[in-house]
Amino acid sequence: MIIDFPLLSLLIWLPIIGGVAVLVNGDNNPWARPLSLLVSLLTLVLSLGLYIGFDNTTYEMQFVEQAPWIATFDINYFLGIDGFSMPLIILTAFATVIVVVAGWQVIQMRPSQYMAAFLIMEGLMIAVFSSLDAILFYVFFEAMLIPLFLVIGIWGGPNRVYATIKFFLYTLFGSVFLLLALLYLHHVAGSFSILDYHDVALSMEEQFWLFLAFLIAFAVKVPMWPVHTWLPDAHVEAPTGGSVILAAITLKIGGYGLIRFALPITPDASLALDWLVIGLSLTAVVYIGFVALVQKDMKKLIAYSSIAHMGFVTLGLFIVFRIFANSSTGSGAVLAVEGAMVQMISHGFIATAMFLCVGVLYDRMHTREISAYGGVANTMPIFAGFAVFFAMANAGLPGTSGFVGEFMVILAAFQANFWFAFFAAITLILGAAYSLWMVKRVIFGEVSNDNVAQLEDINRREFWMLASLAIIILAIGLWPAPLTEVMHASVEHLLTQVSQSKI
Amino acid sequence: MMFEVTNMAFALPEMFMLAMACVILLVVAFLGKSSAGPAYVLSQLTLAITMVLIYYAMGKTAGLTFDGTYIKDAFSDILKLAICALNILVLIYSSSYLKDRGLFKGEYYVLAIFSTLGMMIMVSAYHFITLYLGLELMSLCLYAMVAMHRDSVTATEAAMKYFILGAIASGMLLYGMSIIYGATGSLALATIAETIQAGGVDNTVLSFGLVFLIIGIGFKLGAVPFHMWLPDVYHGAPTAVTLFIATAPKIAAFAMAIRLLVDGLGSVHQDWQGMIIMLSILSMIIGNIVAIAQTNLKRMLAYSTISHIGFILLGILSGSAEGYAASMFYALVYSLMSLGGFGMIILMSRQGFEADTIDDFKGLSSRNPWYALMMLILMFSMAGIPPLVGFYAKLTVIKSVIDVNLISVSLVAVVMSVIGAYYYLRIIKVMYFDKAIQHEKLQAPVDMRVIFSVNALTVFALGIFPGSLLALCTSVFS
Repeated sequence: MIIDFPLLSLLIWLPIIGGVAVLVNGDNNPWARPLSLLVSLLTLVLSLGLYIGFDNTTYEMQFVEQAPWIATFDINYFLGIDGFSMPLIILTAFATVIVVVAGWQVIQMRPSQYMAAFLIMEGLMIAVFSSLDAILFYVFFEAMLIPLFLVIGIWGGPNRVYATIKFFLYTLFGSVFLLLALLYLHHVAGSFSILDYHDVALSMEEQFWLFLAFLIAFAVKVPMWPVHTWLPDAHVEAPTGGSVILAAITLKIGGYGLIRFALPITPDASLALDWLVIGLSLTAVVYIGFVALVQKDMKKLIAYSSIAHMGFVTLGLFIVFRIFANSSTGSGAVLAVEGAMVQMISHGFIATAMFLCVGVLYDRMHTREISAYGGVANTMPIFAGFAVFFAMANAGLPGTSGFVGEFMVILAAFQANFWFAFFAAITLILGAAYSLWMVKRVIFGEVSNDNVAQLEDINRREFWMLASLAIIILAIGLWPAPLTEVMHASVEHLLTQVSQSKI
Repeated sequence: MMFEVTNMAFALPEMFMLAMACVILLVVAFLGKSSAGPAYVLSQLTLAITMVLIYYAMGKTAGLTFDGTYIKDAFSDILKLAICALNILVLIYSSSYLKDRGLFKGEYYVLAIFSTLGMMIMVSAYHFITLYLGLELMSLCLYAMVAMHRDSVTATEAAMKYFILGAIASGMLLYGMSIIYGATGSLALATIAETIQAGGVDNTVLSFGLVFLIIGIGFKLGAVPFHMWLPDVYHGAPTAVTLFIATAPKIAAFAMAIRLLVDGLGSVHQDWQGMIIMLSILSMIIGNIVAIAQTNLKRMLAYSTISHIGFILLGILSGSAEGYAASMFYALVYSLMSLGGFGMIILMSRQGFEADTIDDFKGLSSRNPWYALMMLILMFSMAGIPPLVGFYAKLTVIKSVIDVNLISVSLVAVVMSVIGAYYYLRIIKVMYFDKAIQHEKLQAPVDMRVIFSVNALTVFALGIFPGSLLALCTSVFS
């Protein structure tokens, strides 16, 4: 393995420096777009290096880099990845390439600022996934909000200012409690290293409050019902690229945070409060599924379906306590956590694809109202093929990645409680209902109006963008082993941490 | 006391500054109306040479002088350097603004230098009377500076308010000092500290004195409920003067608080902690919430100052060396951010036009992307969003409060920082998301543009590498 090469730092700083370079180039420079594509592609290629050099057999942090940063407080530039963060980093690098390609022609206003914002955000998000120092994590976690705030606010829809300020304040409100929790843990542990936080002994009362702080911070990000209301607004107003990054990556940071902080640091409180998270998750799966059903705006529908899908992630993470209580082996627990992880990755690709499809239609018709469409398949056959496929994946069709994660979680849920599995499985019906009903109204049927009749099918750029996503979704759906293998050791380690009381 | 011979060298920078202030005064008196230019140059020279003097004496022997009334230590050296540096920048920022408004007069610079001298004395004072002298020297100059714009009704009103409320505050402070003198029998901070430590001081009398002392400090810092003067003065004064008031004097007031509460009355920390908690929490709440309602940027920044003061007090109330260092870090960082914030208003202003309403910033990013970006950095920094230095300032003070187990206070602080984020975001929203309503070009001269950019970029750079400044502040109190 190439341990000494600072690959993670390169992955963080290459897009950030590249973004600054694009920004400095100015908006009238024709090189802004190719340069952005080059930087994002290079980052993607380099991120594959993580996969190649990754050691599946250990849960220990890999590609570790450590250097003092703020010596006074013993805050370190401490990076490293395990089986949880590595796939998410690759997902981030991939999503950014897609965003750059998706914005290629569409973004005519201040294109270099747009590209720069996404490149800088990419670096920050990769840094979030690889930070092992609490303050470093928090810095990147918050800093990420700035470019996204600007992206929604500048390139967003008519109600963008409201949406972006709501998004910013909502997430900021959640994360300040995280800051308090991290500072308190430093007070107890005497170090800012997240790995030291994992080992620190905490009383039940301390764990209770810390867990609540983590839950508020990450539940807003995931987002869990009832703190999800910023998401539909943000998604609807955001430009396509913003929606993609929101759905594909920032939501995952919520799930990742629960895995990295809440479960290992406060296992006893997680056990005691698992009913809360499970309840909220099932509410998200069932209730938000119904909410998605009645949406008139395509992006809103996908936003709500994202919330429902992320409900599976939190469900999978927290049913492990019930599984431990029911069986001694805990094999179902591995299934649950891996299911949650696969669901996160898969949702990253599927939501990206769905938002891109909406983006393709929006670029042509400038409306996202479902009722404005109808019979798109007649004028855009190739696009219709992709759209139907992605909708199927969103509904969890076997053979697509959407099926794998949901199926693993539902299977595990049976070991926890029949009713959990029952309610979780309702999503298969609801997901099919809202996804396919939307497809029926938008894609199929007679050509509903003149605007639809004049639609042109997707061009080469859009084709390859969607095709690459389709291939990945299919690949994970048919053969998820490469994905689950890398996380296996980390999942098992997490479960040992979770099953040991810290009191 | 252990000092036999008065060590003049400890006060060399102040003596030099006093001499130069007199020289500038003479120059102004002789040259009359055409004295502004030379006075400006001389003032900048004075400040620069004083900085050199302070810098060369840094790290060398520290101690008391003038019979224990004056101290030179790492704390005073660093703060004095900061005060002089800030004032150099303030004077660069304000020169063209003053020229445009007929305020470019020699007297302005005389007052500025005398007021700087007052601040330096406050920082180094180790005796109630010295401290009071420094405070009055600074304040009287500031009152006059606010009133310099004679024809402006608002400026005159602001000056009157400032003067009357400032005089009341000084009175309170003096009253508190006299009570503490009654309790301890001394005016020297070192002796007071020893006497209290030794025991036998009537605690009731001491606490009574303490209350008035804290009122005085609260007034000077602008902490709620003694904040009434602050928005009116910031709003009413010419922006150049607001810039002056909002930066270096805050550092001097912070030094005064540390000298009185920590150096003098540190052993009765338990007695004043509760009061400071109240001041701090109220400042954060009132400052942040009222700032939301403002449409005038100067007023908004005034209320934001109040909330920042609340945060600075957080570190002081923690009562730990780490907390004091955090407060010092916050005070330095805050004055840098505030310099940029008010500097931006000056930068945008031109002859006959004050860019002090929030609407004046509409669509700035399409008119002037660079300066919009700089302002964005400053606003996010004030809101405490990483990776900007304002975040570390908040981080360190909140950390110090958590370390002494005042979790509920830290909760208020973080919730208020979220509320505070709203009005900073609004500035960014106006600059980046709104359409421009005016298209005039920026008229600011090159030196101001450069200084402003450097100012904002420093905020950014300190955000990436806050370590050295933090280490510096920590070393002072360890």
